[in-house]
Amino acid sequence: MARIGVFICHCGTNIGGVVDIPRVLEAAKEMPQVVFVDGNKYTCSEPGQASVREAIIENQLDKVVIGSCSPRMHERTFRNTVASAGLNPYLLEIANLREHCSWVHGYDKEEATAKAIELIKMAVAKVSRHEALFPKEAGITKRALVIGGGVAGSQAALDIANAGYEVVLVEREPTIGGRMAQLDKTFPTLDCSACILAPKMVDVGQHPNITLRTYAEVRKVGGFVGNFEVEILQRAKMVDHTKCTGCGTCWDKCPEKVDSEFDLGLGKRTAIYIPFPQAVPPKPVIDTDHCRHIKYRQFMEEGGEGKPPPKCLICEKLCPAEAIDWSQQDEIITEKFGAIVVATGFKTFDYTAYEEFGGGRYPDVITSLQLERLMNAAGPTDGEVVRPSDGAHPKTVVFISCVGSRDERKQRSYCSKVCCMYMAKHAIMLKEHDPDVQCYIFYIDIRAGGKDFDEFARRAQEEYGALYLRGRVSKIYQDCKKLIVLGEDTLMGRPVEIPADLVVLATGIEPSDGAAELAQTINISYDTHNFFVEAHVKLRPVETQMDGIFLAGCCVGPRDIPESVAQGSAAASKVTDLFSQERLVTDPMVAVIDAMKCTGCMLCATICPFNAIDSQTTRDGRIMAVVNESLCKGCGLCTAACRPGAANLRGFTQQQLLAEVTSLWQ
Amino acid sequence: MAVEDFQPRMVGFLCNWCSYAGADMAGTSRMSYPPNIRIIRVPCSGRVDPLLIVKAFQQGADGVLVAGCHPGDCHYVEGNYYARRRLALFRLLLEFIGIDPRRLCVEWVSAVEGKRFSQVVTSFTEELVRLGPRSEVQVGA
Repeated sequence: MARIGVFICHCGTNIGGVVDIPRVLEAAKEMPQVVFVDGNKYTCSEPGQASVREAIIENQLDKVVIGSCSPRMHERTFRNTVASAGLNPYLLEIANLREHCSWVHGYDKEEATAKAIELIKMAVAKVSRHEALFPKEAGITKRALVIGGGVAGSQAALDIANAGYEVVLVEREPTIGGRMAQLDKTFPTLDCSACILAPKMVDVGQHPNITLRTYAEVRKVGGFVGNFEVEILQRAKMVDHTKCTGCGTCWDKCPEKVDSEFDLGLGKRTAIYIPFPQAVPPKPVIDTDHCRHIKYRQFMEEGGEGKPPPKCLICEKLCPAEAIDWSQQDEIITEKFGAIVVATGFKTFDYTAYEEFGGGRYPDVITSLQLERLMNAAGPTDGEVVRPSDGAHPKTVVFISCVGSRDERKQRSYCSKVCCMYMAKHAIMLKEHDPDVQCYIFYIDIRAGGKDFDEFARRAQEEYGALYLRGRVSKIYQDCKKLIVLGEDTLMGRPVEIPADLVVLATGIEPSDGAAELAQTINISYDTHNFFVEAHVKLRPVETQMDGIFLAGCCVGPRDIPESVAQGSAAASKVTDLFSQERLVTDPMVAVIDAMKCTGCMLCATICPFNAIDSQTTRDGRIMAVVNESLCKGCGLCTAACRPGAANLRGFTQQQLLAEVTSLWQ
Repeated sequence: MAVEDFQPRMVGFLCNWCSYAGADMAGTSRMSYPPNIRIIRVPCSGRVDPLLIVKAFQQGADGVLVAGCHPGDCHYVEGNYYARRRLALFRLLLEFIGIDPRRLCVEWVSAVEGKRFSQVVTSFTEELVRLGPRSEVQVGA
């Protein structure tokens, strides 16, 4: 017979205010094998935990039920409590009396109390079938992988590398720097973005502990915390970076011009290129979709008809270092890592979904990020803010906020957080570029929460004369050279019509392309907008549900630069914390196969998503399944599928779950 | 028993990563739902052995809810696909053993869909009230 103790937490009034706890305790006393019951104001507090600890020792309890908040909240806390009393930490079961009971049934205290009693009963039935479980230990590879070389990823890589660990930074683009590199100035201090970012990028590029893999993508992630095995696709750069000196002759002379992704289509780049002058590494790649020589090769290989395209080869002929290497192929590199930081950043909302703003038809309706490029001295216009259509200097500029933010019709219910601030920044900077400019800003609310943010937004209005109009724009149409903006000023309660030279859309933040696919590859959760989901929104903001995988920056949700940097550092500190351990303990709640029952059908091995089940021949020649405990993640698919009932999942055994069900009718 | 007085007894098997967290989210957001459901935490909807459902019905449950991550979002990559196929077949068996298949509800609720969880439980409870108490067909012994 077990000696079960039941502890019920009032959680202040969160549980105690709804559930009649003395009655639940009375009922718990009568449950089978229960020898001790107690209530506590806050069980998770230090005195609360101490009283549980003392009760376990005094009453020689060998199993514990705690009725409290969700086990997703405090299971770890209470396991430690139980362990500190000398019990195996897995001899604990938590009944979720808060999230699943008091918080949702507050309107009916009677029913909530009845439900709480049954929840305790189920937990008692389950815990009586608990067994002591013992974690195993595994080694740890002290190398980190950082995915994404924006400011968050760069910061994470630098911090981990500075702590003395090896880092591989994988970036999809030919350079690190991310979105911040595209910005001209940053709010609210108007620091030059490139001036503060470029030194950091150079540090990353030159750090002895950092291996930079640009033009590369993560393809596959296997293994587990401390022992991830990652396949990285290194795309062919066609340039041998060990020879290239970055002199720039090739991209000066390349005859093929294509739209620059970095300048968002406002400028041109060549087929062999670096995205921008401060790129790290400062060495070019050849865009194989546009290179003339590659086209020539493809033509010859396919034996196409007619006149072949020119052979070109200008870069090869001019390169003083002989660095052009046409033999390069995409390759898959497999490496081992102990931890992964995901910092894949964001892209801006595609505003063509808004038909009322022209849906992309009007060249002088641009996005804020495009305006950043126009303002930037290294941008396509050398810092002249001009209309893309005719190169004229705009005098009347209309800003429209919340394009792809706070709009249920476009499935973007969230606020992108930075737009209000960058609109104020743009209004200030446009006025500084040209004192004759008048800015109009259509807004829903001005969200300027942050240090010096509200003062900054106010300055845009008071010192720089930006006119804020509260309301939405219903239509934009072209009339000769002007864009006529029709909107509403809801504070004045009247329609407004502004003939504008330039319209700037404050497009919202959304996750980078391929975020959902990456999440599936590395097995982390993502929400309906494809933002990655933290382990706990408030208390574990840079961790994921997968041990050893951390998050930083805008891939989690809209953030500004200081927050992204802070998250990069936070994720790095989590990684170094992990790496400070010599060995890792693995979760013992894994599957186990009963050798006496296993028929060797190996159905379990077929359905196991982690290839954690191998077949083994016993001494008498029988085939049976065995679980590789370091690969098993404890999903229990094998347990549900096993026909003879040989597979069982520790912690969620068939007996435990059946006991929970039947306890409801006992 | 008058239909409006009937309080169905329900068991809900919720996967730890999405639906259980979704139920937690319903709690955190105070989105109330009828108190009839008794939630059992499982690691994955693919862990739900049909035997557990049969057992619940045998004991006298009026309805069973199985909820997991949305297809494609399984924490264990593909567990919910197994659950989906298995329970689709199992539905046919339910009819065979004399239980109205409408008494088994299979839903996908993500960790952020607290509102959806409360809607699922509310509408399933209403459905069970409409169906009324189980008829006296015994399953097994």
